[in-house]
Amino acid sequence: MKPLQGYRKPAPGTQPEYLHPPYASSVKRAPTQPLVTLPGTLSEITGPTFPKKIVAPNAFDLTRQHKGEPIGERIVVSGRVTDANGRPIRDSLVEIWQANAAGRYLHKWDQHDAPLDPNFAGVGQTFTDEDGHYRFVTIRPGAYPWRNHPNAWRPQHIHFSLFGPAFATRLVTQMYFPGDPLLAFDPIFHSVVDEAARNSLIAKFDWATTIADIALGFRFDIILCGRNATPMENP
Amino acid sequence: MSDRTTPSQTVGPFFSIGFTWLERVDLTDGTTPENTVTIRGRVLDGEGRPVPDAVLEIWQANSDGRYAHPEAAAELLASETFWGFGRVPVNDAGEFCFRTIKPGCVADPDGTRQAPHLAVSVFMRGLLKRLVTRIYFPGDSGNDVDTVLGRVPTSRRHTLIARAEDSQRKMLVWDVHLQGAEETVFFDC
Repeated sequence: MKPLQGYRKPAPGTQPEYLHPPYASSVKRAPTQPLVTLPGTLSEITGPTFPKKIVAPNAFDLTRQHKGEPIGERIVVSGRVTDANGRPIRDSLVEIWQANAAGRYLHKWDQHDAPLDPNFAGVGQTFTDEDGHYRFVTIRPGAYPWRNHPNAWRPQHIHFSLFGPAFATRLVTQMYFPGDPLLAFDPIFHSVVDEAARNSLIAKFDWATTIADIALGFRFDIILCGRNATPMENP
Repeated sequence: MSDRTTPSQTVGPFFSIGFTWLERVDLTDGTTPENTVTIRGRVLDGEGRPVPDAVLEIWQANSDGRYAHPEAAAELLASETFWGFGRVPVNDAGEFCFRTIKPGCVADPDGTRQAPHLAVSVFMRGLLKRLVTRIYFPGDSGNDVDTVLGRVPTSRRHTLIARAEDSQRKMLVWDVHLQGAEETVFFDC
């Protein structure tokens, strides 16, 4: 028998609360009762692992999934996934989805009066490498209007979904773009009260991954929960 | 040591374009049919309205209580194909349905034995981070001594235990109430 080595909670303020009234949809969907703290069990420190063969070889390149080239500004989005102890998250599934350059999603409920692009689905997957790095090639998504408040517009963003090594490390987030004037007004972005944590959602323009004559590079590093150094208390 | 983990953000209304490719509503992976259960239910918001844009993710052990993960006390054999992962969307009426096997008791490394359960993540528009909950099985004697259920106020424990629709307990119902008198118990993971 040995004690469980669990995952640490994120620092206060670095994650949104469920109820964030400026984000109107949270009001009827956020739980109202206090969360029950899990004692930390095998069920949270294990999690799904996916065979690499489930992801198609070209799934990282959202500009090469159709007959023609998508419209818009081609970009490279890459970065490194680590845990909060700085260790790389290896061979781990990363999923992304996004609007096209006109700000339209390929979704039956998206009513935005902007064109679909027959050469862009806005969906990609990849695995991190041995050192935690991932890389996507895509199109810079457009901003789009939403009904949260009058004249509401979401800043340009790409949705990211990560699993990491455990049920406890599951994360879905959004990557934003530097200099976007809409960030100052976005209630979803501002649901994170810690300024440094909030700003960590903004990718950095990156010469190192910019490809001459082809695409601008943006770097977005992601930090998942880290293990406790010592076994967790299990009262 | 930094605990500045990347903040969560909502999946938004259009996540299904990114999630559909990995939907798994049959988790049985060729295991023997006599162990299988079907679990269906609805996701309901604070006004009791069905939520049409939600997805559940399931993580569970196999019928021996073993997880397909290297840290499991007794890992699955390489020859075993049980993933233990499900990704279950709701339909336009907020209804979901999936088929799986009832897991065994999970023996934690510290000696605790957990009653059979499924770990569940719930994602939807309006949730800035996932909700974490569990599904337990009706009539299982382990429920009475389960450490996690023991932390839940008695009056709310039933929100984590599926209801049987048949005497063999093969057809189960379990709803997610985001708010209200029947609000489901959610965990701080």
